[in-house]
Amino acid sequence: MSVMSSQYIKHETDVLIIGAGGAGMRAAIAAFDSGSSVTVLSKSLLGKAHTVMAEGGIAAALANVDPKDSWEVHFADTMEEGVYISNFRMAEILSKEAPERVRELEEYGALFDRTPEGTIMQRAFGAHTYRRLCHVGDRTGLEIIRTLEDQILHRDIKFFDEFYVTKLLKDGERVVGAIGIKLNTGDIHVFSSKAVIVSTGGCGRIYKVTSNSWESTGDGLGLAFEAGAELMDMEMIQFHPTGMVFPPGVKGLLVTEGVRGEGGILLNAQGERYMARYSPKKMELDARDIVARANYAEIMAGRGTAHGGVYLDITHRGADFIKRKLPSMYKQYMDFAGVDITKEKMEVAPTVHYQMGGIRVDPESTATNIPGLFASGEVASGLHGANRLGGNSLADILVFGKRSGEGASSYSKKISQGKIDDAAISAEIERVNSLVGRDGLNPYDLASRLEENMSENVGIIRNEENLRKALETIQELKDLSKKAAVHGGLKYNKGLLQVLELPSMLTAAEAIVRGAIERKESRGAHARSDYPKKDPAMRKNIIYTKGERGMRLEWREVPKIPDNLRKLIREEEY
Amino acid sequence: MESIKVSVYRYDPSSEKEGRFVDYEVPKEEGMVVLDAMKYIERHIDPSLSLRWNCMAGKCGSCSAEINHRPSLMCKTRVDSFKDGKIKVSPIAAYPLIKDLVTDVSQNWDLLKKIPKFTPREGLEKPWKISQVDIERSKEFKKCIECFLCQDVCHVIREHNSGYFGPRHVVKAASLDMHPLDALDRSEFMNKDAGLGYCNITKCCTEVCPEEIHITDNAIIPEKERAVNAEYDPIAIFVRSRRKGGGKR
Ligand SMILES: Cc1cc2nc3c(=O)[nH]c(=O)nc-3n(C[C@H](O)[C@H](O)[C@H](O)COP(=O)(O)OP(=O)(O)OC[C@H]3O[C@@H](n4cnc5c(N)ncnc54)[C@H](O)[C@@H]3O)c2cc1C
Ligand code: SF4
Ligand code: SF4
Ligand code: FES
Repeated sequence: MSVMSSQYIKHETDVLIIGAGGAGMRAAIAAFDSGSSVTVLSKSLLGKAHTVMAEGGIAAALANVDPKDSWEVHFADTMEEGVYISNFRMAEILSKEAPERVRELEEYGALFDRTPEGTIMQRAFGAHTYRRLCHVGDRTGLEIIRTLEDQILHRDIKFFDEFYVTKLLKDGERVVGAIGIKLNTGDIHVFSSKAVIVSTGGCGRIYKVTSNSWESTGDGLGLAFEAGAELMDMEMIQFHPTGMVFPPGVKGLLVTEGVRGEGGILLNAQGERYMARYSPKKMELDARDIVARANYAEIMAGRGTAHGGVYLDITHRGADFIKRKLPSMYKQYMDFAGVDITKEKMEVAPTVHYQMGGIRVDPESTATNIPGLFASGEVASGLHGANRLGGNSLADILVFGKRSGEGASSYSKKISQGKIDDAAISAEIERVNSLVGRDGLNPYDLASRLEENMSENVGIIRNEENLRKALETIQELKDLSKKAAVHGGLKYNKGLLQVLELPSMLTAAEAIVRGAIERKESRGAHARSDYPKKDPAMRKNIIYTKGERGMRLEWREVPKIPDNLRKLIREEEY
Repeated sequence: MESIKVSVYRYDPSSEKEGRFVDYEVPKEEGMVVLDAMKYIERHIDPSLSLRWNCMAGKCGSCSAEINHRPSLMCKTRVDSFKDGKIKVSPIAAYPLIKDLVTDVSQNWDLLKKIPKFTPREGLEKPWKISQVDIERSKEFKKCIECFLCQDVCHVIREHNSGYFGPRHVVKAASLDMHPLDALDRSEFMNKDAGLGYCNITKCCTEVCPEEIHITDNAIIPEKERAVNAEYDPIAIFVRSRRKGGGKR
């Protein structure tokens, strides 16, 4: 149902989903199949979400290749990689349900690579005990998106793409809808809904160097935080050891782990194979965080390349081998850098890859602490704890995407549409309009300052002094961002989007920095040079909420693991 | 610092009478792609420039444009690939313009809705067994990133109001038809309802596809051939006989 008013167009739906990545799309299918009317909103075109970039695969204990694999082993791998602050129930659900979600995706039309017996092929990946990643060559994300897109298009699911949500609307404590701009027309739309799911992906774009796509500015974190939702584990940011550093346009673009898997070695500018100093046994093939920290340390010590990276060299394997085993990397370097990796070294550096933290949710339904508000995908937290296993995110978006669709649908059946306050709508329309058609601070400059600040001061090895510096800059940028504005109108104005993204980017950044200061230990992806050890007293989660005088942090106990599950994992060592 | 000149099409149909090319001077950086130049303009010269991009990595198909009249991805076109240094960027012309370099490609969703979705054969034993060789055909088509450059270059779409869905959609139908466990045959639908008959196999679409899909040889021609072979029996049209090896290859 849509109603036009002079200022905005109003719609009603049972379940409103913000985000059309893997999580949002899977949620839409689940909510629709549970009998709810569903509307999906996404900032970019349908089918372009960040998820399309995923390469390696999706983790599910199908045990097709290694018969010994089971949900129990997947569970244990996930808990141990999360360094004991993951939510055990989420890890249990993920490891039990991922195989079903993969097979269901196959029934939706996805074609995974096969074993000689004709079952779904599974590949090895860092820190997975068994070969577990179901994949479609090196474009697993694209296959997931295209398959889900097909399912959405053939259901009566409404979608508004290139639609930017600026605010969640509330009726008392409850979230009852959202407001935003349809980019192609510049019209404002208001959605009244019984339940809202936030599946907006990560916040990698608050860093200068990231593998993340344009959309990943942490919008959902900001929207939910402003609406009163609790965030958790925000200090946990995953760096991938190898991203491209050159040319500038592709800085941060992922260089797959496969290059090292096939024998690639890391060298500093002096030609030294430095991994021998950091990890003499496993060398380049040690865990992601260890290799990433080594690369970073070399660059910081002034032993980096002219473009601020280290060298990744695979030339010794010969042209035939490289083209056969790493065809897409060969093409990626040829197309973008004009570098022939069969003859020349690649320049790489750590790149911000994934946000483990996010909105705190209930494992069963993905409900947040705010009635009517649900969250799933990278924007939600709990599953990955202090570090994410490769392949667990694609599993996460399907497993918890489906659960959030069902959770929101069942909530929506018990409740009627809320009341949307006209004054709140008018105020938001006024705010948005006040940001265009005039001189103001250039939002891109402010975003660049934030990105540089984060990359410089909140990198993979942190310390109090730099974190304090980062916090100061963030405070300053919070004030300056209030003065940002652009010319033009509401129609397809990306400068305006950058203005609107700034507050969410700053919320994400502030949470990361405050949490990193608070966590005076090194655990998983969070490493502090001034507190290099793990501290048993900090085997806890940090919760972030909006208080009257700014952001509030609070330590909370990790949910107690029942004995039958605790038996599956190794005791934590200090 | 060395710089380059880029000529960019600017037009807002809702407020301006006609479009024009505007020249911008952008500092040149080694290894720069056209999208870098556009982002420089957006960031430092005119934030009101409308353009579309997501991944900067040739993976999402958002940044389609005509660069010196050739349908291309801006993020994959290097500035130094034009020896004379002249770069002219305009929106893809097959679709209605929204603003500047951004066009309205939404009609493609309506077309995709009409192509019957993946429909597995009945009575398959689970979990499904499929051999690797049988997925290769469909896999080629599944590489499609929906950049719609092939649609842009197709003269049938550009010049005639023929109702032809266009090469992207034939690729989609072919990806489903070549799925080893799919029960339908979409070739009759493609020929009768999706206007495939209008395609005269000029191969222009294949030439611009950034994913190097052999659109004409591997998707269009087989779909055309099967339609010719099929009997005009409504059941034969949609439910493919499941002879050994299937009737689709
Ligand atoms: C290069 C790369 C490779 C990867 N490889 C793997 C892998 O092999 N295996 C694995 O498990 N994981 C991998 N990951 C991680 C994984 O791809 C992501 O974590 C996952 O896809 C996130 O999905 P999502 O659905 O949560 O969000 P996204 O796919 O990020 O989607 C977010 C959606 O929200 C929308 N949105 C955001 N803000 C707004 C707003 N304000 N208004 C409206 N809509 C909005 C966006 O438009 C988009 O549709 C990889 C990541 C990268 C970058
Ligand atoms: S081969 Fe057919 S579809 Fe391709 S461009 Fe030519 S007419 Fe169009
Ligand atoms: S077939 Fe090729 S050119 Fe056409 S939309 Fe797909 S990727 Fe683009
Ligand atoms: S930005 Fe994704 S293909 Fe160019």
